[in-house]
Amino acid sequence: MKAKVHVTLKAGVLDPQGKAIGNALAALGFKGVGDVRQGKFIELEIDETDPDAARAQIEKMCVQLLANTVIENYDIELDR
Amino acid sequence: MKSAVIVFPGSNCDRDIAVALGRASGVAPEMIWHRETTLPLLDLIVLPGGFAYGDYLRGGAIAARSPIMRAVAERANQGVPLLGICNGFQVLTESSLLPGVLMRNAGLKYICRDIHVRVASTESVFTQGYAQDQLLRIPIAHNEGNYRAQESMLDRLEGEGLVAFRYAACDGSADGNPNGSARDIAGIFNHSRTVLGLMPHPERAVDPAHGGTDGVAMFEGLVAALAR
Repeated sequence: MKAKVHVTLKAGVLDPQGKAIGNALAALGFKGVGDVRQGKFIELEIDETDPDAARAQIEKMCVQLLANTVIENYDIELDR
Repeated sequence: MKSAVIVFPGSNCDRDIAVALGRASGVAPEMIWHRETTLPLLDLIVLPGGFAYGDYLRGGAIAARSPIMRAVAERANQGVPLLGICNGFQVLTESSLLPGVLMRNAGLKYICRDIHVRVASTESVFTQGYAQDQLLRIPIAHNEGNYRAQESMLDRLEGEGLVAFRYAACDGSADGNPNGSARDIAGIFNHSRTVLGLMPHPERAVDPAHGGTDGVAMFEGLVAALAR
């Protein structure tokens, strides 16, 4: 089974990279761009075929390694 | 004083700290590869600066899950002094041996230069060689040194005297923060002050040829406290 994990900074955590991207977009002439936040996208292939078990397994991976839960949220998407 | 330096793929200050500790103690530290799973009897463990695992995922994230880190955490929990410098500090926060996180510098630039810090607490084996509020000039070299934690945790660190070093301007005033770090924090202790993480590199300030020797007192203080 394939899974996609999005790791994003929690609301309120300063994101200087997102800010720099926003500034660069404005410099390119893109108007009306509000807050920009940068995150990570991780694609995983796992042997588990049961969706619930897969989600539980990836949840553990997120907490233990993929995200730093002090500052980051994670979102798991399973490809059926 | 018997010490060990943990070496990760990408560590690059492991030799520097080995020289600093060797000079202060007269005994060369053991260099321990991250794949080891056991540690000899030790008075001090050091996680050196560098770019362990190329800073993949997050600075210190992969190193914190290295095989040796289980043994390191076990010793730290037993009270064996543990020092993390720069990338080593990042490994300590990623291991939850210290609270908070080290985020990208506020100015988005890698900073490599001498800065000034104030000794915020001398109540530890690491800082007892200094005077309270002593101003030190020590190099920094990092991209992620912007210390962040919840306000309640920052209050707790300050309230319990667990801030070890604070950035300061060369005239000693508060306006010397190079990276946006919360409350000018450059280094913190754990609750028992037996674990210290700091971004500045005291091991790069131990010889007149380095341009300064303000790091010497840390290593001589450790030897004075830990030599058997």
